[in-house]
Formats: sequence, C-alpha cells, structure tokens
Amino acid sequence: MPDTPASRPVAISAEGVWKVFGTDASAFRNRPPEARTPEAMARDRLVGAVRDAGFQIGRGEVFVIMGLSGSGKSTLLRCLTRLIEPSEGRILFDGQDILSLGEKPLAALRRKRMGMVFQHFALLPNRTVLGNIAFPLEMQGMDRDRAEARARELAEVVGLTGREHRFPAELSGGQQQRVGIARSLATDPEFWFLDEPFSALDPLIRADLQAEVQRLQREHTRTTIFVTHDLDEAIRLADRVAIMESGRIVQIGTPEELVTRPATDYVRRFVAKVPPARVIRVASLMTPAHEAAAGEQVSADATIAEIAPKIVAQGGPLCVLDARGRPVGSLDRQVALQTLAAVSCIPVPVAEHRGDQAR
Amino acid sequence: MADISPDILRGRRPSRRLWTGLLVAAVILALLAAAPLMPPSWRAVPDALRWPLSDWIAAGMNWLARDAAIAGVHFATVTRALATAAQWPIEALQVVLAKGWVHGAGFNKVQIAPPLSWLGVTLATALLAWRISGPGLGAMTLLAGLYLALFGLWTSAMTTLASVLLCVLAALVLGLAIGIRAHRSPGMEPAVRAVMNVMQTVPIFSYLLPTLLLFGYGPSAALFATVVYALPPMVHATVLALRSVPAETLELARMTGCSRRQTLWRVELPVALPRLAIGLNQVVMMTLNMVIIASMIGAGGLGYDVLRALRRLDFGAGFEAGMGIVALAVVLDRLTQAAARNQSVGRRRLWSRRDGLILLALLAVPTGLSLVLPALAVWPKALSLTSAPFWNAAVSFINQHFYDPLEAIRTFMLLKVMNPFRDALAALPWPIAVVLLALAGWRLGGWRVGAGIAAMAMFVVVTGYWLPATGSVYLTVLAVLVALAVGMPFGIWISARKRWHQGVQLALDTLQTLPTLVYLLPAVMLFRNGDFSALIAITSYAVAPAIRYGMDAMAHVPSERVEAAAMCGCSKWQTFRHVRLPAALPTLLLGVNQTVMMALSMLVIAALVGTRELGQVVFTALSQGQPGPGITAGLCVACIALIADALLKSGAARAARHQGEAHA
Repeated sequence: MPDTPASRPVAISAEGVWKVFGTDASAFRNRPPEARTPEAMARDRLVGAVRDAGFQIGRGEVFVIMGLSGSGKSTLLRCLTRLIEPSEGRILFDGQDILSLGEKPLAALRRKRMGMVFQHFALLPNRTVLGNIAFPLEMQGMDRDRAEARARELAEVVGLTGREHRFPAELSGGQQQRVGIARSLATDPEFWFLDEPFSALDPLIRADLQAEVQRLQREHTRTTIFVTHDLDEAIRLADRVAIMESGRIVQIGTPEELVTRPATDYVRRFVAKVPPARVIRVASLMTPAHEAAAGEQVSADATIAEIAPKIVAQGGPLCVLDARGRPVGSLDRQVALQTLAAVSCIPVPVAEHRGDQAR
Repeated sequence: MADISPDILRGRRPSRRLWTGLLVAAVILALLAAAPLMPPSWRAVPDALRWPLSDWIAAGMNWLARDAAIAGVHFATVTRALATAAQWPIEALQVVLAKGWVHGAGFNKVQIAPPLSWLGVTLATALLAWRISGPGLGAMTLLAGLYLALFGLWTSAMTTLASVLLCVLAALVLGLAIGIRAHRSPGMEPAVRAVMNVMQTVPIFSYLLPTLLLFGYGPSAALFATVVYALPPMVHATVLALRSVPAETLELARMTGCSRRQTLWRVELPVALPRLAIGLNQVVMMTLNMVIIASMIGAGGLGYDVLRALRRLDFGAGFEAGMGIVALAVVLDRLTQAAARNQSVGRRRLWSRRDGLILLALLAVPTGLSLVLPALAVWPKALSLTSAPFWNAAVSFINQHFYDPLEAIRTFMLLKVMNPFRDALAALPWPIAVVLLALAGWRLGGWRVGAGIAAMAMFVVVTGYWLPATGSVYLTVLAVLVALAVGMPFGIWISARKRWHQGVQLALDTLQTLPTLVYLLPAVMLFRNGDFSALIAITSYAVAPAIRYGMDAMAHVPSERVEAAAMCGCSKWQTFRHVRLPAALPTLLLGVNQTVMMALSMLVIAALVGTRELGQVVFTALSQGQPGPGITAGLCVACIALIADALLKSGAARAARHQGEAHA
C-alpha cells in the first residue's frame, strides 16, 4: 500500500495515531495489542474513532481523507491539528512532533502556519466580510489597517469584491464559504485543512467552489488535507486519497489506484460507479517509446476523460509527452476508446449485495 | 360496502387508560370519604414529626444580623456598610433623574441643580426608540413619557427607573460573571442550575425579609433583594447563550491561536450576544416587577404609589399609578426587545455620531430651560391631569348598579366551588397525599423523580405548613384550571386564524410584561378582598402562557401529518382529535407547566388581598419581621412549584417520547 507520497519531500507524517473515546490516554496506552480489537474495545465500552492511522503527506500534495459519516475522518483531521488530542501516536510537521508542543508553541504554529475551513463556515455573525477575513490577523496583533488591507486582497482573490461590508447573514451559503476560505488563507499558511467544506452547499455551488480550490492550489501550492464524504469530490481534487472505514484507514492511493486496484471489498463497492476514464491516466495505458509518434500530442499525466475529444478526433495512435514535453510513448486509440466507453473497471461481486441486505 | 374506517379513527376503542383513570379517581374519592376514619395524626401532622426549621432559620438570621462576626467585624456591620455603599449610586441616579441636586432640608432647601427635565428625557428616549426600532416605538415612548409627566407620576417613575437601571446593571455584571464561570467549569454548572431553580421558584416576598434584616429598610435593601431575584435568568441566559456558540466557532478560535481572553471577548460573547440580549430583556422585566414589589421595604416609586392607593382603597389613584407602571414596563420591554432583535439580524448602522449630539442637546436644552421655566423640571400640580375621580366613579357606579349579579357570582363561586374544593384538599390525609404524589412521579419519570417529589412533599409536612400548603394548592389548581379552560381552547382556536396572530401576540406580550401588582387592582375594584379576587387576579396573570402555548403547540404540528390525514379523508374533528392533538400534546403540557409556575408566582402577591395560604404566611411574616416562618413558608411554595414542575415536565417528556419528537 503506497502510504508515502511519490517524489515529494514529506511535510506531514502520522504514525500509529489512535483516538479512543471512553478512557483517558494513559489508560489506553497500557492496553496490549490484543485488547485493541474492535470487539475487545466494545466490551470495555470504548469507541475507537481513529484506529492506528499512519501516512505521510508530501509538500504541496492534496491529501483527501474520505469516508462515510462516523468513519472517523473529521476526528483524524482534528487529531492532525490537535483540536482533538490523540490518545496515542506521533504526528510530525516537518519532523517536529506537535503532540509534544506546549500551549504557546502550538498556538504559534496554528497562527502562522495552519489555516482551516469549516463545514458550517464558522463565521462570526457580528463581523463583516472584511472583519471575518481579518480576524486571524487581528488575533496575532496585526494593526487594523494592515489587516484590513490584506483582507481586501483576499476578498478579491475569492471573488467577494463589492461585498466587503456585508454581514454573514446577508450572504448566500456559497459566498459565506468563500469568506471562510479567504479567512483560512489570510495568514498565508503552509498547511491548509478543509473539513467537509462544501457538504452544506448545493451541487452547483459545490462545483464552483471545487474549481476555486483547484485554482487557488494552482496559484499557490499548499500542503492540503481535505476531508469529504463525496467520492466525486475526492477524485476531482486529490493527489492521493485515504479511505476510512470505522476508524481505520483501509487504503491510501491515487484515484486511479483506488479504482483499478481496490484493496478491500469496501473500497471496491465505493469506487464501483466511477467511470474509469475519469481516473485512469494516459501514462497507465501507453506503450513506452522513445521517438515521437505521428498523432496528436497528449500529456502522460492527463486522464483519459480529459483527452476524450482528441481520442475521438484522431484516426491513429496519440503521441504521449511527459511533464517536460518530451515524447515518452504512444497511446493506442482502440485501448483509449475502450476505456472511455467502460462503465466500470470492476464488476460488483454478487455476494457483496447479499451481504449488504443481510446487514 | 363494508365500513373500512378503522375503529381507532372513530375513537371507539375501549380505552384501558380510561379505566385506569376512573380507578384512580375512585380510590381518591374513597380515601376522602374514609378520611374521618383514619387516625387523627394522618390529618394534622403530629408534633413528633415536626422539624423546627423555621425556629432554626429565625435563630440563624438573628445570629447573622446581630452576633455573627468575621475577625472581630460584625457581619451586620459589613452588610450595613454595603447598604450605605449601595446608597451612593442610587442617590446619584435619583439626583440626576428625579430629585435634582438639593442642599439642606425643609425651609432651607435650596436647589442647586435641577433633575433632567421630563421633556428632555422623554424626547431623548423617544429618539433612541425611533433609531433602534422605528417611528412606532418612538411615538409610543413619547406618549408614555407624556402620560407620566402630565399625570404627575414623573418623579415616582424616575425613582423606579433609577432603581431598575442600577439593578439591571448589577445583575448583568454579576450574572455574566457567574454564568461564564459556570460555563467554563462543567462540574459547577449543575450546582449553579439547582440553586438558580430554587431561587426562581421561591416567592418574591421571601427575598425581602432577609435583606430587610441585613440591610435595613430603604432603597439599598430593595436593590439587593432585586439583584438576587433578577440574577437567575441572567445566569441562565449566559450559560445557554455561551453553550449555543457552535463547536466549530470555538475550533476556529483555537485554530487562529486565540488566547482565553481573546476567545471570550472576541468570539464567544459576540456570537452569544443575541441570546444574551434576550436574557437582558428578561432581567429588565423581572427587575421592574421586583422593584415595584420592593416598594414595601422602602424602594419608593410607582409601586409605593399603588400600595398606598390600595391601602386607602383609592382605586382611581391606584389605577393611574398602575397604568404608569404599565407604560414604563411596555416601553422598557419593547426597547430591550428591539435591541435584542437588532443583534440577531446582524448589526446595521442605526446610530450615528450626529444622533448622539442630538440626544445630548435634547437632554440639556430643556433641563437648562427648566431653571427659567419650572414647569419643565416638574409639571405643576395645578396643571396635572387626573383620571382618578373618573375611575372611582366608575367603580362605585358598577358597584351600585351591578352589585347583585357580581355578588351572586362571587357567592356562588365561593360557596359551591371554591370552599368545597378547599375543604376536600384540607381533609386529604397527608400520608396518602405524599404517597400518591410520589407514585405519580414514579410512573411518569422513574424512581428518581418519585423519590425527589416524596422528599419535597415531606419537607412541607415536617416544617408544619401542610395545611396552608393545601390552601395554596387549592387556589393554584383552580386558577390554573380556569386559565387553561379559557386560554388553551382560545389559543388553539386562534392558531388557525393567521390574520389575528400578530395582534394576539402583541396583547400577550403586553400582558406578560405587566408587573404582578397591577393585576390585583381590577379584581379588588370589582370584588373586594378575599379568595375570589385572588382567584381572578391569579387566573388573569396565568392565562397568557396558556394561550401562547396553545397557539404554539398547534403551529408546530408537522404539516406532513396534517396532509396525510387530509389524504386519508379525515374530517376536521378527526384530524384534530387524532393528528393535531397528539402531536401538540407535549407542548401543551409544557404550557400547563408554565401556567402553573405563573400562578404560583402570583399566589404570593395575591396574599395582599387576604388569602389564607402559604403566601399569606410569607406576607404576614414580612410585615411582622419574622424571618423563620417567612423563609420556611417560601421554601414550601418553592417545593410545591418544583413538584408541579417535575410532574408536568416528566409528563411532557413522556408524551414527547410517544410522539417520537424532541419537544421537551
């Protein structure tokens, strides 16, 4: 299971993180491994919200934590920021264990280097758009004029120009979350946490804001941890996805890996409806070659769906280029068309359905 | 064709519940009939069981007021010093608002500076009202001010207002501080809540007594009693408001690295402000009510005017002063409500610096002019309007021409309804009553509730106030029954008539803002002293929540269920009986609870018109300066209130569970 980022320096690393409700941390640490199975813990009325989570997130990577409600994804995010104190484990930001930080250095870390977007926006109703965006800056002691100038810049970045003096109650849900995004970026953080930021919004607005996040990430790459229950959103935004099931991370991988090589039946059922063309990248289907093919040029990093018009328009194979624009192989049109037409990579096992009904 | 409508819809199901109810009623009746056969110790509480709590309290209070000392300093000296200290701000406010700066006394009296002119205060308040609410409230404020000035009530009203302002300020600061502490340490919160619950149910008069002993007769004793009385709602509102701050917002504070102080002042309090403002409104109204009552221990003001008029049987003057209280109450209520509303809809720029200057000018110019034109300082007596003779004439007219029917109603109620019920309750042997109450609590809310109720009932028994307590229960039950019989159907009826909602809401708001003393006036004017007047006063005070909850309960029936009933072809009555009523039941029960609480709080005020129950015990103790019986009887009233509250709340919770809703 690839739980380390490919070709990126490690920014955040988590090892053996547990969050158990129902006991204090020291009592939990003394439990032997055999007493940490779900059954053994349920017997003692303990709830393992996060069970032995471990992963590394690369600098500039968008790492999506995905799972259904109650799977522990928000708890895991809060463990990373220490909004919730983990029961056990190590969490390193650039090699520094934040669990050992005292109150002051932790506050400093959050002030200077972290930004967070909340599911229900968490705007302060008594402050205007500018006041909300400037809030983290004011809390650091920045003087009002400078904070306000910076807030104006950010309001423009997220497209709220002209609404700077409105109160949250006077904004739509989408606009409110734009304020939330601007506020989380006010201090220009290195680490960007988004906790189901768009699940309270309707689908059209959600798509707009997903595009907004992609644009912001293009303009200024940040190490991003994004929690969602929406697989579509995960695939759209993620470099890698961690799928959680009842507290445990069951698979970490790129969207393509999840769809083509699901680790468990649970993941398989999850990704069964994803059209392969959306996640499979040209690089996976091409035949390596060193000289340029005759056909139209496509990027090895693009998904099949992204280059669909070129596949359809082209008669023969396509020429595949790597990130630096050098030819690395050719893509057979027939193979590409098959992928484009496929409804699903994996047939859903029948037994799985039965099991579902029995549950 | 076969009749397919299920039995349930026609209500024909032989109901087991009905049989249980009948059985319980039969048992109670049988017990009543058998009461004379029971041992005498079951009817009058034997002395051996008595617990001389009231003597202990008396001794304790005496000790506290005379001998108690910390490090050689007498406790009483401390409290008297506090009272003197509190005198200062009261004096200062009264100098500004009511009396003016006066040097010397009697013939040597020289006025150095006049008080704020009535015209100035009225105009300035009207401007304030206009700005934060609109022209409607502005005009209303203007009218209220003019009424107070022209009817010669201005000085009294300002004395009352000065006390109210000061008490509100003190209750606000203290309430916030306690509330914040209680919110921060979760262990403390239940304890604070328990104390506050008892504080809210102990009748007003019980507060007056200890303060009278400790702080002496006068405005500052009234101040302390009032602050203690108005504190619980502020603490409660603070805790609720802080708890309503979303978890995410607190996480935001942590993620932005706020310090504790920053979190409190920049995040929690601003976010909680709309709810805090609602708490402020409650505090203002409770303070006003208490300040009026506290005129009995020397707070002066409008309450004193009403009391004096009541004693002289000058209903006209009493009514006028009562209307003055109403004017003050309505303006204060609407102002604070408007402020709370502004808070919750997002602040807008309502107040400019220019408004501030205009306000100052409005205050200063008439006050300055009043040096030349005394009519601007105090409206001359000769020009004062009065409607007292008119009201007195109206009362005597009614008494002359309608004496017979009024008297017939009164006599009938007293002889045929009230007295028999009172006697029946008094005849109920106390062990059986206690057991029945405990059983009811157990059935509705489990053994904890049952045990709690039994303990509270036994408290009433052992302190020796069982008999007066039955008197209290009798008046409360009758008043609540009448209020429910009138209020709930009216509320349910009005709930279907959307056009009337606003008007009724306004009327109810106004009714509920009136200080309790005001309710006594019309009853006494028509029916003289006695239980019947008390019943009418209590009922009219308690009817507002009955109507309000009736409306509310019906308004919150899920519309889907009503639509489902309509699609099943239910008739109007069937929909009401089988869909609306069950869904509304939990809220209706809470309404009953609220009605009972209102009735109990009025009970003690009604003692002024000569009832024979716990309220009277408290009132007499107050007038004779006996803290023992006063406080003990007050605690007994609190016990009755808490028992009723426990029973009805468990009932409501049960009904809500049946409905699968989170009402309670």
